[in-house]
Amino acid sequence: MSLWLIAWRNIQQRSLASGLTALSMALGVALVAAVLVIHGVIDRSFRRGAQGYDLVIGPKGSPMQLVLNTVYYLGDPVGKIPYEHYMELISHRFQLPDGRVALPFTKCIPVCMGGSHLGFPLVATTPEFFELSFMEGGHYEFTRHGGQGRNMEIGNPWEAVIGPVVAKAANLKLGDQFQPRHTTGVEEEEDHEHHPFTVVGIFAPTGTPNDRAIFVNIEGFWRMHEHDHEQDTDSPGSESVSAGQSGSSASTAPQKPVPTEHRQPPSSSSASLSNPSSEHTPPHHAIQRAISAVLVRLDESDPTLNVALPRLIEDYRIGGVQAFQAVHPSVEVAKLLEGIIGNVQLVLLILAILVVVVAGVGILVSIYNSMNERKRDIAIMRALGASRLTVMMVILLESILLSLGGGAVGVVLSHGLIGILGPIITEHTGVQISALQFQLSELVLIPGLIVLASIVGYLPAVAAYRTDVAKALAASP
Amino acid sequence: MVLQLKEVKKSFTEPDGSPLPILDIPWFELGPGEQMVLVGPSGCGKTTLLHVIAGISRPDSGHVKVNGWDITLMTEAEVDRFRAETIGYVFQTFNLLPGFTALENVMLGMRFGRGRVDRNRAKYLLERVGLGHRLHHKPTALSVGEQQRVSVARALANRPKLILADEPTANVDAGHQQQIVDLLRKTCQEEKVALLIVTHNMEVAGQFSRVDRLEDFNLVLKKPSSSSLSPSDQ
Repeated sequence: MSLWLIAWRNIQQRSLASGLTALSMALGVALVAAVLVIHGVIDRSFRRGAQGYDLVIGPKGSPMQLVLNTVYYLGDPVGKIPYEHYMELISHRFQLPDGRVALPFTKCIPVCMGGSHLGFPLVATTPEFFELSFMEGGHYEFTRHGGQGRNMEIGNPWEAVIGPVVAKAANLKLGDQFQPRHTTGVEEEEDHEHHPFTVVGIFAPTGTPNDRAIFVNIEGFWRMHEHDHEQDTDSPGSESVSAGQSGSSASTAPQKPVPTEHRQPPSSSSASLSNPSSEHTPPHHAIQRAISAVLVRLDESDPTLNVALPRLIEDYRIGGVQAFQAVHPSVEVAKLLEGIIGNVQLVLLILAILVVVVAGVGILVSIYNSMNERKRDIAIMRALGASRLTVMMVILLESILLSLGGGAVGVVLSHGLIGILGPIITEHTGVQISALQFQLSELVLIPGLIVLASIVGYLPAVAAYRTDVAKALAASP
Repeated sequence: MVLQLKEVKKSFTEPDGSPLPILDIPWFELGPGEQMVLVGPSGCGKTTLLHVIAGISRPDSGHVKVNGWDITLMTEAEVDRFRAETIGYVFQTFNLLPGFTALENVMLGMRFGRGRVDRNRAKYLLERVGLGHRLHHKPTALSVGEQQRVSVARALANRPKLILADEPTANVDAGHQQQIVDLLRKTCQEEKVALLIVTHNMEVAGQFSRVDRLEDFNLVLKKPSSSSLSPSDQ
């Protein structure tokens, strides 16, 4: 018969008081575990979202806003980059600090934000967006793991690819058509009729904000805006390409994407898009053609370039004016996580730990209050030969059992709730969270609870240690 | 001798700080396997004497030898362990732990001795006291007679050399008193354990060949000025 069993029997003997005490500990630990898990999931989700790109280039403005809007689809775009400025930038040969002259971009993906469908953000981009990995080792899947259909094709401007969260929430299936709104949000507003986009692909869940976004061919997006512009300016004689025509027209966009390898100007997928200055596109369309940002993948084998590039891009002048900013999304995300989310987590964690400490004090009070009625039991154990240290250990073990038992229930409670609420959270935020997502930091709970239990159990344990056996045995039972 | 007391004195402190003498025993002994009864009026120090013999209380002076070992020279932890291994104690109020089954109560005594819990012996002892069918019952589910029988089994668990029984029949109904006495005597005889029973029940005392009166050898009770009472006897 171990001391653990003796402690457990003592707990059973006072099952109601012990149960309530353990419950308070369970609630406290559940709170701590929930904070740790949710923070871990948010942290991973944010970092995962930022992993796909080495650099985000956008108009001059807030770097945080640029990253939040471009990578997480939050807030408004910083501004617009005229398409010709973008083309000029990506074909520019930069002089590096080591004297080399280089075309620095391995992959450039233009994106244009603006518009939404049923509250989900609309992202206009090129098919190459889905050829990049969204994180290390993570590729967009259209045929496996729940993915359906295919990537959009560069020659079909009215094609769209949607994230799995959008597909479920907006009930969009392959072949469905939709007309996005020009603004974000779900508010009803006056919108022009224009050519609908057709869903051709639903990619498998990535656990990134992309899961809750709608991706349309940037060519179609531009045409949609051109069409609206024509309607707004009421110019029936304009030369704009009608939606019907453009949907089947290959003349505005080459069929074959141009390879975008490093040092092959222009190193952008948009080089394969209809060039505003080309003979196929009416000149006034160039006014409409702008992008919000450029997602860049750099050559990992050239650290000098990667370090120097943001500065070089920011120093790049068009018409004597700074035109761009370049930010490392992972750096901005780290700032966000450490500066804001980290502090929020810290506050929540401190509050949750305080709840656990209060629950610990509850254990102290519960055991200490029971000491009077248990003096006789302790005296009996002493009379049977238990040493003072042994009875002290029994009380400490009792405190540890209550804490660890309550803690285990708390962790199960926390993960159970996360399991129940997970699908709802995923549906609304795209953040994938499941009951089995454990954080390494949760392991700290075990030694933490043992230390707490030892501290709170010490006082009653000392009372047990000091029990006068003869006096306690003489007292009436 | 399995038990030997020499010049043992014990007193308590009164609220005003003055000493209250309880025991002053020049000599007392009990042979191996011997069975005896110690009688005396209430409050004469019988329980205090048992506590001193068991090492639960320390004498103010003198020597207490159990099975040849002077427990007054041991540290408290050594006495605790020695008590667990060498002395069995049967209480007037049984003192079974309420959260434990009959079997666990018996095994509890083993845990504090050599640390090795012999489940089979615990079962055997309970069967021997007629409780083989009540192994997993908690004390509240047992009659007082059954509880005292568990207490006897527990006292024998570690194969002690000496059993101290403090008024073992006082809380047992008349019908079962003799059963308890017979059980104690028989099992002690079989296990070759010395038995010291404290009682004021003369019917019980009459069954033993050796009956000592505490007032005959406790000098505190012989002094004319003595009006001492042991707190634990009250």
